[in-house]
Amino acid sequence: MVGEDIEIKVLSVEGDQVKLGVEAPKSVDIYRKEIYIAIKDENSEAAEAPQDVLEMLKNQE
Amino acid sequence: MKLQTKYVGEVTIKSDKVIHFPYGIPGFEKEHEFVLLELPGNPIFQTLQSVKTESLAFIVIHPYHIYPNYEFKLDDSIQSNLKIKDKSDVFVLNIVTLKQPFEESTMNLKAPIIINEKEMLAKQYVLMDDTYETKASLHVKTNEDESKNARTK
Repeated sequence: MVGEDIEIKVLSVEGDQVKLGVEAPKSVDIYRKEIYIAIKDENSEAAEAPQDVLEMLKNQE
Repeated sequence: MKLQTKYVGEVTIKSDKVIHFPYGIPGFEKEHEFVLLELPGNPIFQTLQSVKTESLAFIVIHPYHIYPNYEFKLDDSIQSNLKIKDKSDVFVLNIVTLKQPFEESTMNLKAPIIINEKEMLAKQYVLMDDTYETKASLHVKTNEDESKNARTK
């Protein structure tokens, strides 16, 4: 268990592979770490757009 | 209320225009309130401005302008997180990562922002399958482009 309401289960063991399942309340998001990091990095990069971005967008018209 | 924004100066907004992100946004977990503002002269793009932090604003786009066939399923958990009762209450925006030159700009199709307009609740929803990417091109050649090219030739 992790805390009171998150449960980690071993679903199966096949050779040297172990499959894990995570049971958690709906308010808890479960992501693979690399996906979460990719989204986080993308958001940070998107937030760094320069302030004169409006000019850049206007030039697309 | 008055709000200082990154892209459009000072604006006055009604408090019922504030969109609540109970879980924040990955990378910005402490940001729970945003407003969606028009960008003057830009019908396609809008800005999602943090209420708390003047310097934090995303450029967002309605995905269907560029990807008319974009689709995914909302799982039970986001439906309950955002109190979604009817799909007509929901709209989707994608965050744009602007690059210089503009042609290299991308949009994040992997993690759309889902907004329940009725409750003003929103969340960035990470799609579990690998159909869509975080850096999808903004420049998809449409039939319209092609016919324009044909005419200029």
